[in-house]
Amino acid sequence: MNRRRFLPVLPILTLLAMLGPVAAGLWGTVLPAFGHLPAAGLAGPSLDPFRDLLDWAGLPRAVMLSLSTGVLATGISLAIVVLVTAGWSGTRPFRALERLLSPLLSVPHAAAAFGLAFLIAPSGWLSRLVSPGLTGWERPPDILIVQDSWGLTMTAGLIIKEVPFLLLITLAALGQADAQRSTTIAQALGYGRVTGWLKTVFPRVYAQIRPPVYVVLAYSMSVVDVAVILGPNTPPPLSVQIVKWMSDPDLAMRLEAAAGALLQLGLVVGALIFWRLGEVVVASLGRRWIAKGSRGRLDPVVAQAALVAGGISAVTVLLGLVVLVIWSFAGFWGFPDAFPDGWTLRNWMRFGPGTLEALGETALIACTVALVALILTIGCLEAEYRYGLSFSQRAVWLLYLPLLIPQTAFLPGLQTLMLNMGADVGRLPVMLAHLVFVLPYVFLSLADPFRAWDTRMGTIAAALRASPDGVLWRVRLPMLLRPILTALAVGLAVSVGQYLPTLLIGGGRVATLTTEAVALASGGDRRAIGVYGLMQTGAALVPFALALLLPALIWRNRRGLRHG
Amino acid sequence: MKHLAILAALLAPVPALADIDVSNWDAVTAEAEGQTVFWNAWGGSTTTNDFIAWVGERVMEEYGVTLEHVKLTDTADAVTRVLSEKQAGEDDDGAIDMIWINGANFAAMKEADLLFGPYAEALPNWALVDVEGKTVQTDFTVPTEGFESPWAMAQVVFVHDTDDMPERLGSMQALLEWTQANPGRFSYPQPPDFLGTTFLKQVLVDILPDPSVLAAPATDENYEDITAPLWAYMDELTPNLWREGKAYPPTGTAMFPLIADGELDLSISFSPGAASTAIANNELPPSVRTFVLDKGTIGNASFVAVPYNSGSKAGAMVVANFLMSPEAQARAQDPAILGYGTVLNMDALSEDDRALFDALELGVATLTPAELGTVQDEPHPSWATRIADDWVTRYGVSQ
Amino acid sequence: MDKGLVLKDVKITKGGVPLLSVAQEIAPGEVLTIMGPSGVGKSTLLAFITGTLASDFAATGEVWLDGQNITHAAPHQRRVGILFQDDLLFPHLSVGANLAFGLQPGGCPATRKAKIEEALDEVGLSGFADRDPATLSGGQKARVALMRMLLSEPCALLLDEPFSRLDAALRAQVREMVFDRARARALPVLMVTHDAEDAEAAGGVIVTLGG
Repeated sequence: MNRRRFLPVLPILTLLAMLGPVAAGLWGTVLPAFGHLPAAGLAGPSLDPFRDLLDWAGLPRAVMLSLSTGVLATGISLAIVVLVTAGWSGTRPFRALERLLSPLLSVPHAAAAFGLAFLIAPSGWLSRLVSPGLTGWERPPDILIVQDSWGLTMTAGLIIKEVPFLLLITLAALGQADAQRSTTIAQALGYGRVTGWLKTVFPRVYAQIRPPVYVVLAYSMSVVDVAVILGPNTPPPLSVQIVKWMSDPDLAMRLEAAAGALLQLGLVVGALIFWRLGEVVVASLGRRWIAKGSRGRLDPVVAQAALVAGGISAVTVLLGLVVLVIWSFAGFWGFPDAFPDGWTLRNWMRFGPGTLEALGETALIACTVALVALILTIGCLEAEYRYGLSFSQRAVWLLYLPLLIPQTAFLPGLQTLMLNMGADVGRLPVMLAHLVFVLPYVFLSLADPFRAWDTRMGTIAAALRASPDGVLWRVRLPMLLRPILTALAVGLAVSVGQYLPTLLIGGGRVATLTTEAVALASGGDRRAIGVYGLMQTGAALVPFALALLLPALIWRNRRGLRHG
Repeated sequence: MKHLAILAALLAPVPALADIDVSNWDAVTAEAEGQTVFWNAWGGSTTTNDFIAWVGERVMEEYGVTLEHVKLTDTADAVTRVLSEKQAGEDDDGAIDMIWINGANFAAMKEADLLFGPYAEALPNWALVDVEGKTVQTDFTVPTEGFESPWAMAQVVFVHDTDDMPERLGSMQALLEWTQANPGRFSYPQPPDFLGTTFLKQVLVDILPDPSVLAAPATDENYEDITAPLWAYMDELTPNLWREGKAYPPTGTAMFPLIADGELDLSISFSPGAASTAIANNELPPSVRTFVLDKGTIGNASFVAVPYNSGSKAGAMVVANFLMSPEAQARAQDPAILGYGTVLNMDALSEDDRALFDALELGVATLTPAELGTVQDEPHPSWATRIADDWVTRYGVSQ
Repeated sequence: MDKGLVLKDVKITKGGVPLLSVAQEIAPGEVLTIMGPSGVGKSTLLAFITGTLASDFAATGEVWLDGQNITHAAPHQRRVGILFQDDLLFPHLSVGANLAFGLQPGGCPATRKAKIEEALDEVGLSGFADRDPATLSGGQKARVALMRMLLSEPCALLLDEPFSRLDAALRAQVREMVFDRARARALPVLMVTHDAEDAEAAGGVIVTLGG
């Protein structure tokens, strides 16, 4: 009886867990932004924080960086994914690329960023491999690549991580877009592969992947960890500066941070509107293009270029991980040697114990959060199935809301609010903050397979006199073991990669692999970064491997579930 | 037991619990047993992190104190935290029990009454400290008054790769000329990083005819005039910096890989032994050496302080005292471990303890105390703050 | 009527539009066949009887089984068995475990095992208990699905196009087996189909909907 009353409450509880901290955090940002911070003995309202913000000499550049990295990273990764899918979906190279990119999805942003830095810096591995032979460089050239003023390296770091994400999202959307038949017909009408796909399938696919694309845009504009590792510092992008202001000993600087956070929110909203308008323009140009009936003579070139770009993106992440491995085992490694003078276990002996401690903290947080998220998600989906309590199409956007509002806009506010309330920082608040970001991904990952389950199985089981709970536990969940474990792995990976919530809400007391790795960025010890980066990657990757392996092992004698 | 404790808490007025008789060391160690000390210390250097982990093991063995290293990217974070806690009324069990601190952060905390003390001179090992010869009772000209206890000496040294740059430089003017002849081969950490700001101060101290003006606080009246030569110097230096001054290494340790790769020939460090340690860890090539300027270089002590609202003050004092022990000091000075200068007076040590120091191999790149020469005083902390802010406006946001 | 399945003035609408209306009594051991082209709501009627009507449908009228009004009972308490055109064996359970799922609780493990073996023997699948259902042929799966349903001791049997996936040779054989078992257990049977041959073979009243 208890359950019956409990289950219908779960969707509301879930929404609360996701949106409560966001709303509270925004509230905690708005107050100090207008000069109200009782903790510092300041009472508003006043516009001084915004005046101070405008006085900061770095503002125009910081704003430009936020906008340019966001729009460029989103635009380029979307273009690569769309053109690769258009030109190659269903072919062997596409499947190879897909297989290459899927595991890369779970490589944490910070690890990928470190890998990229170690690869393309003037003293990076690529430069070492060709020096001095091809370049004549005996010493690294004095070129600004990493931390360049335009944020291009940072943009590249975002692209290599967003391409796998958007590709997998697109693949999921393809299944529902009846893509195969549309392209077959378009090709029969004499259209090239790419042009045919763009003109027939793309509009339907884009309608489905629009929310994740917006998420990528909002994320890229306000990312902190990648920006700390790869972004410029004279001045840094706005989000990094906000975090700097937050940690200034002068509490009054939090007002400026809050004002900056609101500006960041405004920038993201503005960019989303700009993007939406861009969609309208592209759609109208596209309709004209379709009406013209051009068949696409350049298709093969475009398809080749896109495949190369997608391949480079994947290979970059992989080589980045390889160079992390090399550094983690490196003895002295001077430029321009392609490999270290010697190999040693010393780095792992030195940093291993520290990483294990951080791994314990990371695992504790990630497992708890992912499990809670999974339980809430299953509860929501089961409530939807039993009582028809489903999210309407509009409410689905609520799921994306925590991912669309920049972290830098509401996490500082949440921290200030917690301080004002005297709430303790530590593991539990960090878990709650992680849940905000983990829940949407777990829900989005499990919802489709859960809903796609043949409900006649439920009817049969009920006719066999199994209660609703019996149906859930004895039939539905076992049959959905694989998607459930995948959703759990997604949740774990998202939690493992969280930097800003752990840093701000943990008050420095909660040390996960990600916060430790990013903290090492300022020290520049590449061997330590190699060890921590690899441990971080492992923490995110191993659950995915298990999610693949376990169902295969458990259901090894059940052919009916092998591809389910 | 639990009930008794609650009863005691109810009966005793709350501030009485926080008060510790610092002169009764036995009582302090008794109370410290079982306490957990959250030491907030910069976490960007893996060697320092290793050392702190070792301290944790030792104080656990010796005193039953659990030491947790909270790794900071910026010490100011810890100051903020204590300040916010005070404003939120968290006066008894704050998140921080001990901070690695000096300079402006210490001055700010001391002035805002955020520190516990005086305690430092009541610690048993204070008797071994070289009060005469080392600047352990003032911190950037601010008297410490027992509110922080020293645990390491630092002095600016220049780190150079002798394969590419065989000769040492005698002055900041010589450094400027060398960068003009060798553009892109020198850099310093980006202010307001501690070491980066120190570089600016070192320039000022070296090029001013009379650096003693810096002992008084910076004011609106004297600041412009006194720092004018510094900015003239920096304007000349910047175009010849690594990456033409468009990017800077974030910290001092981040410059080691740049030297190892041959991107830099010259950099700066605040730890005379750090270069030798880095050679031992494969982070620097064996050809690296260090030097100081003809007129000497800036030096100061690293301290630890205890926030007023720490819930483990006794435990923190035990750790602070252990840091000043010959055992910890000798380990910190070992270039294979940390390479920090000691705060102890060798003459005050027992023969056995002195042998610990005598046995140390200082390392190929470490200067002897005699070679380190004159230690120049730190300017008043108000200079550092202003100069760092000024630098950010001039070079930090405009590239 | 004390025994059997009674549909009293059942009317189903979708969005206010009437879909079907049925008033019928089915005595134990008898078969009522409802015919009609796809889309007239035959399966919807069965969903109403099993208590799994989707929320976008509305229904009035009552369902009585063996003298009890089950219109508002929970699906798993209605004791109404159903077979679909797909076997819908649970893919994660072995053949034996599928049957155990249907078998009413109670009895020691040995007895339960014996009952399952007995059920398999009855349909000529002796020794199949440990098999993966996915490795069975279509006819074998249909037989397991039937026995699984019967082991749950239902008081009525609903058939939703039950034979349409089977090829002609198997079809007659499986059909005969289902009707035989239902008659032997004196179950009222409600079958919906669009296949005239199935309807004829059932041998009972035929109601034609729609068209």
